[in-house]
Amino acid sequence: MLVSIYRYNPEKDEAPYMQDYQIDMPTGRDLMVLDVLALVKEQDSSVSYRRSCREGVCGSDGMNINGKNGLACVMPVSEATKGKNDKLILRPLPGMPVIRDLVIDMGLFYKQYENIKPYLNNDTPAPAIERLQSPEERAKLDGLYECILCACCSTACPSFWWNPEKFVGPAGLLQAYRFLADSRDTSTEERLANLDDPFSVFRCRGIMNCVNVCPKGLNPTRAIGHIRGMLLQRGV
Amino acid sequence: MVASITNLGRSGLYDWVIQRLTAVILAVYTLFLLGFVIAHPDLQYSDWQQLFACTAMKIATLLALISICAHGWIGMWTIATDYIKPTGFRFLFLLVTAAFVFVYLVWGIDILWGA
Repeated sequence: MLVSIYRYNPEKDEAPYMQDYQIDMPTGRDLMVLDVLALVKEQDSSVSYRRSCREGVCGSDGMNINGKNGLACVMPVSEATKGKNDKLILRPLPGMPVIRDLVIDMGLFYKQYENIKPYLNNDTPAPAIERLQSPEERAKLDGLYECILCACCSTACPSFWWNPEKFVGPAGLLQAYRFLADSRDTSTEERLANLDDPFSVFRCRGIMNCVNVCPKGLNPTRAIGHIRGMLLQRGV
Repeated sequence: MVASITNLGRSGLYDWVIQRLTAVILAVYTLFLLGFVIAHPDLQYSDWQQLFACTAMKIATLLALISICAHGWIGMWTIATDYIKPTGFRFLFLLVTAAFVFVYLVWGIDILWGA
Protein backbone atom coordinates (compact mmCIF):
# COMPACT_ATOMS: atom_id res chain seq x y z
CA MET A 1 0.00 0.00 0.00
CA LEU A 2 1.15 3.53 -0.78
CA VAL A 3 1.55 5.73 2.29
CA SER A 4 2.16 9.42 1.74
CA ILE A 5 3.49 11.30 4.78
CA TYR A 6 3.96 15.01 5.44
CA ARG A 7 7.63 15.60 6.13
CA TYR A 8 9.16 18.70 7.62
CA ASN A 9 12.33 19.04 9.63
CA PRO A 10 12.85 22.79 10.26
CA GLU A 11 16.56 22.20 10.85
CA LYS A 12 17.07 20.76 7.37
CA ASP A 13 14.08 21.47 5.13
CA GLU A 14 13.24 24.84 3.62
CA ALA A 15 9.61 23.83 3.07
CA PRO A 16 7.39 20.87 3.97
CA TYR A 17 6.94 18.11 1.38
CA MET A 18 5.08 14.79 1.02
CA GLN A 19 7.13 11.58 0.99
CA ASP A 20 5.76 8.30 -0.34
CA TYR A 21 6.44 4.88 1.15
CA GLN A 22 5.44 1.50 -0.28
CA ILE A 23 4.33 -0.73 2.60
CA ASP A 24 3.68 -4.47 2.37
CA MET A 25 0.45 -5.03 4.23
CA PRO A 26 -0.16 -8.37 5.96
CA THR A 27 -2.99 -10.29 4.32
CA GLY A 28 -6.08 -11.47 6.09
CA ARG A 29 -6.26 -8.79 8.78
CA ASP A 30 -6.87 -5.09 9.10
CA LEU A 31 -4.25 -2.82 10.64
CA MET A 32 -4.69 0.44 12.47
CA VAL A 33 -3.06 3.51 10.94
CA LEU A 34 -0.61 3.60 13.86
CA ASP A 35 0.55 0.07 12.97
CA VAL A 36 1.23 1.26 9.42
CA LEU A 37 3.28 4.15 10.83
CA ALA A 38 5.35 1.61 12.78
CA LEU A 39 6.02 -0.24 9.49
CA VAL A 40 7.02 3.08 7.89
CA LYS A 41 9.33 3.74 10.84
CA GLU A 42 11.07 0.41 10.13
CA GLN A 43 11.82 1.68 6.60
CA ASP A 44 12.72 5.22 7.61
CA SER A 45 13.53 5.85 11.25
CA SER A 46 13.55 9.64 10.74
CA VAL A 47 9.73 9.82 10.46
CA SER A 48 8.44 11.52 13.64
CA TYR A 49 5.05 11.18 15.30
CA ARG A 50 3.63 11.10 18.82
CA ARG A 51 2.16 7.93 20.30
CA SER A 52 1.73 6.39 23.70
CA CYS A 53 -1.12 4.13 24.79
CA ARG A 54 -2.00 2.85 21.25
CA GLU A 55 -5.63 2.27 22.28
CA GLY A 56 -7.42 5.62 22.03
CA VAL A 57 -7.02 6.65 25.65
CA CYS A 58 -4.04 9.03 25.79
CA GLY A 59 -4.86 11.18 22.74
CA SER A 60 -1.21 11.50 21.62
CA ASP A 61 -1.51 10.35 18.02
CA GLY A 62 -4.12 12.75 16.68
CA MET A 63 -3.38 13.44 13.01
CA ASN A 64 -5.03 14.20 9.71
CA ILE A 65 -5.76 10.84 8.07
CA ASN A 66 -6.84 11.04 4.42
CA GLY A 67 -8.23 14.51 5.01
CA LYS A 68 -10.03 13.86 8.30
CA ASN A 69 -8.66 14.34 11.80
CA GLY A 70 -8.57 11.21 13.94
CA LEU A 71 -6.53 9.02 16.26
CA ALA A 72 -4.15 6.81 14.29
CA CYS A 73 -4.34 4.04 16.91
CA VAL A 74 -8.10 3.48 16.62
CA MET A 75 -8.56 4.24 12.91
CA PRO A 76 -8.57 1.02 10.83
CA VAL A 77 -6.74 1.35 7.52
CA SER A 78 -9.74 -0.16 5.70
CA GLU A 79 -11.97 2.67 6.98
CA ALA A 80 -9.40 5.41 6.35
CA THR A 81 -8.77 4.34 2.75
CA LYS A 82 -12.39 3.57 1.83
CA GLY A 83 -12.95 5.11 -1.62
CA LYS A 84 -9.42 6.60 -1.68
CA ASN A 85 -7.72 4.09 -4.07
CA ASP A 86 -6.01 2.29 -1.19
CA LYS A 87 -3.72 5.24 -0.54
CA LEU A 88 -3.04 6.54 2.96
CA ILE A 89 -2.21 10.23 3.26
CA LEU A 90 -1.02 11.36 6.69
CA ARG A 91 -0.58 15.00 7.65
CA PRO A 92 -0.20 16.76 11.01
CA LEU A 93 -3.35 18.19 12.64
CA PRO A 94 -4.13 21.34 10.60
CA GLY A 95 -3.77 24.94 11.71
CA MET A 96 -1.08 24.43 14.36
CA PRO A 97 2.66 25.07 14.12
CA VAL A 98 4.57 21.95 13.03
CA ILE A 99 7.54 20.97 15.19
CA ARG A 100 8.57 18.11 12.94
CA ASP A 101 6.72 15.78 10.51
CA LEU A 102 3.44 14.79 12.24
CA VAL A 103 4.33 16.42 15.57
CA ILE A 104 2.60 19.75 16.23
CA ASP A 105 3.07 22.43 18.87
CA MET A 106 0.00 22.12 21.13
CA GLY A 107 0.93 25.22 23.19
CA LEU A 108 -2.06 27.37 22.21
CA PHE A 109 -4.44 24.43 22.60
CA TYR A 110 -3.28 23.86 26.19
CA LYS A 111 -3.30 27.63 26.88
CA GLN A 112 -7.01 27.72 25.99
CA TYR A 113 -7.62 24.67 28.17
CA GLU A 114 -5.87 26.44 31.03
CA ASN A 115 -8.01 29.57 30.43
CA ILE A 116 -11.24 27.76 31.32
CA LYS A 117 -9.82 26.69 34.72
CA PRO A 118 -10.30 22.94 34.29
CA TYR A 119 -10.66 22.07 37.96
CA LEU A 120 -13.40 22.14 40.57
CA ASN A 121 -13.79 25.33 42.60
CA ASN A 122 -15.82 25.13 45.75
CA ASP A 123 -15.86 27.85 48.41
CA THR A 124 -17.95 25.91 50.94
CA PRO A 125 -16.19 24.12 53.84
CA ALA A 126 -14.76 20.76 52.82
CA PRO A 127 -16.84 17.81 54.06
CA ALA A 128 -15.30 15.11 56.24
CA ILE A 129 -15.19 12.48 53.48
CA GLU A 130 -16.29 13.65 50.05
CA ARG A 131 -18.69 15.90 48.15
CA LEU A 132 -21.54 13.63 47.13
CA GLN A 133 -23.49 13.84 43.90
CA SER A 134 -26.86 12.29 43.13
CA PRO A 135 -26.92 9.87 40.16
CA GLU A 136 -28.84 12.55 38.21
CA GLU A 137 -26.20 15.19 38.93
CA ARG A 138 -23.45 12.77 37.94
CA ALA A 139 -25.30 11.88 34.72
CA LYS A 140 -24.96 15.50 33.58
CA LEU A 141 -21.20 14.93 33.16
CA ASP A 142 -21.65 12.04 30.73
CA GLY A 143 -20.54 13.00 27.24
CA LEU A 144 -18.25 15.67 28.73
CA TYR A 145 -15.73 14.00 31.04
CA GLU A 146 -14.66 11.46 28.39
CA CYS A 147 -12.64 14.04 26.40
CA ILE A 148 -8.97 13.01 26.13
CA LEU A 149 -7.72 16.36 24.76
CA CYS A 150 -6.40 14.87 21.52
CA ALA A 151 -7.11 18.21 19.74
CA CYS A 152 -8.77 16.52 16.74
CA CYS A 153 -11.84 18.77 17.18
CA SER A 154 -10.17 22.12 17.80
CA THR A 155 -7.78 21.66 14.88
CA ALA A 156 -10.73 20.84 12.59
CA CYS A 157 -12.42 24.12 13.52
CA PRO A 158 -11.85 27.12 11.20
CA SER A 159 -12.74 29.54 14.02
CA PHE A 160 -9.87 28.03 16.02
CA TRP A 161 -7.55 28.22 12.99
CA TRP A 162 -8.17 31.97 12.60
CA ASN A 163 -8.19 32.92 16.30
CA PRO A 164 -6.42 30.24 18.37
CA GLU A 165 -5.30 32.82 20.92
CA LYS A 166 -8.82 34.21 21.48
CA PHE A 167 -11.38 31.48 20.72
CA VAL A 168 -11.32 28.71 23.36
CA GLY A 169 -12.10 26.05 20.76
CA PRO A 170 -14.43 23.04 20.95
CA ALA A 171 -12.22 20.92 23.25
CA GLY A 172 -11.78 23.73 25.78
CA LEU A 173 -15.47 24.65 25.66
CA LEU A 174 -16.57 21.04 26.16
CA GLN A 175 -14.45 21.07 29.32
CA ALA A 176 -15.74 24.53 30.29
CA TYR A 177 -19.27 23.10 30.23
CA ARG A 178 -18.12 19.98 32.07
CA PHE A 179 -17.26 22.23 35.06
CA LEU A 180 -20.29 24.51 34.60
CA ALA A 181 -22.53 21.43 34.74
CA ASP A 182 -20.82 19.97 37.81
CA SER A 183 -23.01 20.25 40.93
CA ARG A 184 -19.89 20.40 43.12
CA ASP A 185 -18.54 23.56 41.47
CA THR A 186 -19.58 26.92 42.96
CA SER A 187 -17.83 29.31 40.58
CA THR A 188 -20.47 29.29 37.80
CA GLU A 189 -20.75 33.10 37.81
CA GLU A 190 -16.98 33.65 37.43
CA ARG A 191 -16.77 30.96 34.76
CA LEU A 192 -19.60 32.52 32.73
CA ALA A 193 -18.20 36.06 33.17
CA ASN A 194 -14.89 34.79 31.81
CA LEU A 195 -16.61 33.47 28.66
CA ASP A 196 -18.94 36.39 27.88
CA ASP A 197 -16.82 38.16 25.26
CA PRO A 198 -17.16 38.13 21.45
CA PHE A 199 -14.44 35.49 20.98
CA SER A 200 -14.19 32.85 23.74
CA VAL A 201 -17.53 31.13 23.04
CA PHE A 202 -19.31 33.19 20.42
CA ARG A 203 -16.72 32.69 17.69
CA CYS A 204 -18.29 29.23 17.26
CA ARG A 205 -20.48 29.37 14.15
CA GLY A 206 -21.94 25.92 14.76
CA ILE A 207 -20.54 24.18 11.68
CA MET A 208 -20.04 20.99 13.72
CA ASN A 209 -16.66 19.94 12.28
CA CYS A 210 -15.78 19.07 15.89
CA VAL A 211 -18.66 16.60 16.16
CA ASN A 212 -17.73 15.10 12.80
CA VAL A 213 -14.16 14.25 13.82
CA CYS A 214 -14.29 13.48 17.57
CA PRO A 215 -12.80 9.98 17.97
CA LYS A 216 -14.69 9.55 21.25
CA GLY A 217 -18.06 10.41 19.67
CA LEU A 218 -18.57 13.52 21.83
CA ASN A 219 -20.59 16.59 20.88
CA PRO A 220 -18.80 19.89 21.64
CA THR A 221 -21.36 21.88 19.61
CA ARG A 222 -24.12 20.78 21.98
CA ALA A 223 -21.97 21.75 25.00
CA ILE A 224 -21.34 25.18 23.42
CA GLY A 225 -25.10 25.51 22.93
CA HIS A 226 -25.62 24.81 26.63
CA ILE A 227 -23.01 27.46 27.56
CA ARG A 228 -24.80 29.97 25.31
CA GLY A 229 -28.07 29.05 27.01
CA MET A 230 -26.53 29.64 30.45
CA LEU A 231 -25.07 32.98 29.32
CA LEU A 232 -28.46 33.96 27.90
CA GLN A 233 -30.24 33.04 31.12
CA ARG A 234 -27.68 35.06 33.07
CA GLY A 235 -27.97 38.05 30.72
CA VAL A 236 -31.75 38.34 30.28
CA MET B 1 -11.99 37.10 28.80
CA VAL B 2 -10.89 38.72 25.54
CA ALA B 3 -11.19 42.51 25.29
CA SER B 4 -12.71 44.00 22.15
CA ILE B 5 -13.86 47.55 21.43
CA THR B 6 -14.97 47.31 17.81
CA ASN B 7 -17.83 44.82 18.14
CA LEU B 8 -21.38 46.20 18.25
CA GLY B 9 -22.49 45.35 21.78
CA ARG B 10 -20.84 45.18 25.14
CA SER B 11 -20.44 41.43 25.07
CA GLY B 12 -20.40 38.38 22.84
CA LEU B 13 -23.86 37.48 24.09
CA TYR B 14 -25.23 40.91 23.13
CA ASP B 15 -23.89 40.60 19.56
CA TRP B 16 -25.16 37.03 19.30
CA VAL B 17 -28.71 37.94 20.40
CA ILE B 18 -28.81 41.05 18.18
CA GLN B 19 -27.66 39.02 15.17
CA ARG B 20 -30.37 36.41 15.66
CA LEU B 21 -33.12 38.93 16.45
CA THR B 22 -32.30 41.05 13.39
CA ALA B 23 -32.19 37.90 11.24
CA VAL B 24 -35.78 37.11 12.26
CA ILE B 25 -36.91 40.70 11.57
CA LEU B 26 -35.25 40.66 8.14
CA ALA B 27 -36.74 37.26 7.30
CA VAL B 28 -40.27 38.40 8.20
CA TYR B 29 -39.84 41.68 6.29
CA THR B 30 -38.49 39.89 3.20
CA LEU B 31 -41.30 37.33 3.28
CA PHE B 32 -43.86 40.14 3.54
CA LEU B 33 -42.33 41.96 0.56
CA LEU B 34 -42.22 38.73 -1.45
CA GLY B 35 -45.85 38.05 -0.54
CA PHE B 36 -46.81 41.57 -1.59
CA VAL B 37 -45.09 41.19 -4.97
CA ILE B 38 -46.71 37.78 -5.56
CA ALA B 39 -50.14 39.12 -4.51
CA HIS B 40 -49.81 41.99 -7.03
CA PRO B 41 -48.79 40.40 -10.35
CA ASP B 42 -49.33 43.66 -12.26
CA LEU B 43 -47.54 45.83 -9.73
CA GLN B 44 -47.47 49.52 -10.61
CA TYR B 45 -45.36 52.33 -9.15
CA SER B 46 -48.49 53.79 -7.55
CA ASP B 47 -49.16 50.54 -5.60
CA TRP B 48 -45.58 50.55 -4.39
CA GLN B 49 -45.81 54.23 -3.33
CA GLN B 50 -49.12 53.59 -1.60
CA LEU B 51 -47.60 50.71 0.35
CA PHE B 52 -44.67 52.79 1.57
CA ALA B 53 -46.85 55.81 2.33
CA CYS B 54 -48.52 53.81 5.11
CA THR B 55 -46.98 54.67 8.53
CA ALA B 56 -46.92 51.02 9.65
CA MET B 57 -44.88 50.12 6.55
CA LYS B 58 -42.54 53.03 7.21
CA ILE B 59 -41.97 51.82 10.78
CA ALA B 60 -41.44 48.23 9.59
CA THR B 61 -39.03 49.40 6.89
CA LEU B 62 -37.07 51.54 9.36
CA LEU B 63 -36.90 48.54 11.69
CA ALA B 64 -35.62 46.38 8.81
CA LEU B 65 -33.12 49.09 7.86
CA ILE B 66 -31.73 49.34 11.41
CA SER B 67 -31.70 45.53 11.55
CA ILE B 68 -29.70 45.24 8.34
CA CYS B 69 -27.20 47.81 9.65
CA ALA B 70 -26.70 45.96 12.96
CA HIS B 71 -26.70 42.52 11.30
CA GLY B 72 -24.30 43.69 8.61
CA TRP B 73 -21.90 45.27 11.09
CA ILE B 74 -21.76 42.14 13.28
CA GLY B 75 -21.23 39.92 10.23
CA MET B 76 -18.58 42.12 8.63
CA TRP B 77 -16.83 42.56 11.99
CA THR B 78 -16.70 38.76 12.34
CA ILE B 79 -15.27 38.39 8.83
CA ALA B 80 -12.69 41.12 9.49
CA THR B 81 -11.53 39.61 12.79
CA ASP B 82 -11.35 36.14 11.23
CA TYR B 83 -9.57 36.84 7.97
CA ILE B 84 -7.84 40.24 8.11
CA LYS B 85 -4.87 39.96 10.44
CA PRO B 86 -2.87 43.19 9.86
CA THR B 87 -4.40 45.77 12.24
CA GLY B 88 -4.16 48.65 9.73
CA PHE B 89 -6.02 46.77 6.97
CA ARG B 90 -8.61 45.53 9.43
CA PHE B 91 -9.21 49.05 10.76
CA LEU B 92 -9.56 50.37 7.20
CA PHE B 93 -11.98 47.57 6.28
CA LEU B 94 -14.08 48.29 9.38
CA LEU B 95 -13.98 52.02 8.67
CA VAL B 96 -15.28 51.51 5.12
CA THR B 97 -17.96 49.12 6.45
CA ALA B 98 -19.01 51.69 9.08
CA ALA B 99 -19.21 54.39 6.40
CA PHE B 100 -21.40 52.17 4.19
CA VAL B 101 -23.68 51.24 7.10
CA PHE B 102 -24.07 54.90 8.11
CA VAL B 103 -24.77 56.04 4.54
CA TYR B 104 -27.36 53.26 4.04
CA LEU B 105 -29.12 54.24 7.25
CA VAL B 106 -29.29 58.00 6.54
CA TRP B 107 -30.14 57.44 2.87
CA GLY B 108 -32.86 54.94 3.83
CA ILE B 109 -34.42 57.35 6.32
CA ASP B 110 -34.29 60.10 3.70
CA ILE B 111 -36.08 57.84 1.16
CA LEU B 112 -38.73 56.88 3.71
CA TRP B 113 -39.44 60.30 5.21
CA GLY B 114 -37.87 62.69 2.74
CA ALA B 115 -39.85 64.96 0.50
